[in-house]
Amino acid sequence: MEIFLQQIINGLVQGSVYALVALGYTMVYGILGLINFAHGEVVMVGAMLALSALTAMLGWGVPPLLALPISLMLAMAGCMALGYGIERIAYRPLRHAPRLAPLITAIGVSIVLQNLAMMVWGRQYHAFPQLISNQPHLIGGAIINDIQIVIFIMALAIMAGLMVVVHRTRLGRAMRAVAENQHAAQLMGVDINRVISITFMLGSALAAVAGLMVSANYGLAHYYMGFLLGLKAFTAAVLGGIGNLRGAMLGGLLLGLIESLGAGYIGDMTGGFMGSNYQDVFAFFVLIAVLVFRPSGLLGERLAERA
Amino acid sequence: MSFYSVRPLLLAILLLALGACGKSSSDRAAASGDLVVRIGAAAPLTGNQAHIGKDNESGTRMALDDANAKGIVIGGRKIHFELVSEDDQADPKTATIVAQKLVDNKVSGIIGHLNSGTTIPASKIYSDNGIVQISPSATAVNYTAQGFKTAFRVMANDAQQGHVLGEYAAKNLGAKKIAVIDDRTAYGQGLADEFIKAAQANGAQIVAHEYTSDKAVDFTAVLTAVKGKQPDLLFYGGMDPQAGPMAKQIKALALNLKFMMGDGGYTPAFIKLASDAAEGAYASLPGVPLAKMPGGKEFETRFVAKYQPIQLYAPYCYDAVNVMIAAMQKADSVEPAKYLPELAKISHAGVTAKIQFDAKGDLQDGAITLYQVRQGKWQPLETIGAGR
Repeated sequence: MEIFLQQIINGLVQGSVYALVALGYTMVYGILGLINFAHGEVVMVGAMLALSALTAMLGWGVPPLLALPISLMLAMAGCMALGYGIERIAYRPLRHAPRLAPLITAIGVSIVLQNLAMMVWGRQYHAFPQLISNQPHLIGGAIINDIQIVIFIMALAIMAGLMVVVHRTRLGRAMRAVAENQHAAQLMGVDINRVISITFMLGSALAAVAGLMVSANYGLAHYYMGFLLGLKAFTAAVLGGIGNLRGAMLGGLLLGLIESLGAGYIGDMTGGFMGSNYQDVFAFFVLIAVLVFRPSGLLGERLAERA
Repeated sequence: MSFYSVRPLLLAILLLALGACGKSSSDRAAASGDLVVRIGAAAPLTGNQAHIGKDNESGTRMALDDANAKGIVIGGRKIHFELVSEDDQADPKTATIVAQKLVDNKVSGIIGHLNSGTTIPASKIYSDNGIVQISPSATAVNYTAQGFKTAFRVMANDAQQGHVLGEYAAKNLGAKKIAVIDDRTAYGQGLADEFIKAAQANGAQIVAHEYTSDKAVDFTAVLTAVKGKQPDLLFYGGMDPQAGPMAKQIKALALNLKFMMGDGGYTPAFIKLASDAAEGAYASLPGVPLAKMPGGKEFETRFVAKYQPIQLYAPYCYDAVNVMIAAMQKADSVEPAKYLPELAKISHAGVTAKIQFDAKGDLQDGAITLYQVRQGKWQPLETIGAGR
């Protein structure tokens, strides 16, 4: 029972990480219908910027609890600038091009960012300083630590915050209008370039938060960390219904749970015939099943909710 | 055709042209009159093992620079060695492409690859083209068991290493119930299998065998599954990018066990990534400790001055190059077909050990040293094997 509970907690924490990143994917897709494959790399840049700022500040003797929020702010600002730049350079010129074109530039941007990061921060792994205590808390025999609780709450809070922005603010209304029909929105006086830029900046700021959280949880940052994370988060977004904020959250948590329960029990269930090497296969199998039977994802059908 | 549709094409052409410029300018580095001999090197220079791959490249480069500085004469001509370094991304598919590229580039010998999973598929291409290959770090048994005359390595193989590790775990550390995780690469899987054989032969019980991949960072699920079996030792077959976070998560999940790895975990990066969770971890490395290598200290000082702290295999790359050049000098030829017989029977005093190959191309009398993290540093425990 303890083991089962522990697997649930593992899955929820891993799932929150996926959800945090998936929110960024889904937001851009919801507005533009574009899959921003560079998003994983923005997460990586966020983690690296936060790490650089953090090490510099700790070096100057700034107290850790002050340094952490400041470096998060800096990373968010950096990523927002980056997100704006990516949109301006790689996507805006291709807005009316066939859908395949921006997809290819997205992959190009991702490669460029990876290589730039490799040149700036080097190929080695960077250890992330332990600032939030990893003091274990016991819940019914299962273990969870502070940083994992923070990640889980942060993912929920950010999702809720985004829902408020999209549904309760003027900006959100503009976003929904652009998502519905760009031309009509423009005719109604919505500055669509501005709205799209802000969407990208918001998504990138989220990426910075996700980057910091992931690095703090696993204790490492590396120029390559965004790739697999981005792929998994993309899967999570599709699973939940890409373009839907609640779907990203649900898809992330679900993917995390599937992975951890799958990896934890598949060996025992099949009597050793299949092992935890099928962890990823399991997750992608569920994805295929969802795509076959419910192509728009679990929560993807409500177009009015799209954003 | 509108401007927008042409622009990406133009950009692509521009980039290609830039790439071509970069290549040709390095080709001209050799002084005129010298015979240029190309030595190929292949290792992951991007991806999550790039730090180890770059370390390999630097070790190879240093040996070639040394040889050029010495002004080696072969067949009556002064030789200028040139490094052709390729990135195999630690990926078996890419490795074969890179291998073909090196062959087409007319290299006289190969130093590489880094991983067993890339070395084995590439070795067929080198063998088919008669090019000598010395891997500094591929330890999978299969590599030299394929019957290729061109395949050599300057490091003890996994049969030897896994055997020493398994025996040490069961006998010296007294482990009764052992869990094993491997990363499903040729290296991780091979090492884990040899470890299991040796541990079982010495009376230990394998209570769990779980798997991960060489790209994963989250191991909580498999570790929790392992926890349920209550082992007293966990062996991981894989590299440091996974081993570091794994050690951390072992501590976070309060698993009370000893953590043991092969040579893939014996790096400074492991300690950095695992931080305080690294304490007490065991790992092995074929060969003797750097401090006890015949030329280890001197090599380390020079290497660190020129590049960065040694990650893992740099001294082995350095030796691989030197033993290759020594064979070329003996044969008085840079033709692989001519210096191959000399290489097979060479006896060369390298910085890591005295290098002699057996009939398969494996290192003779390979020693294996066990290390443990103590006070945040890898400390040698004992060296097992003939090379002590």
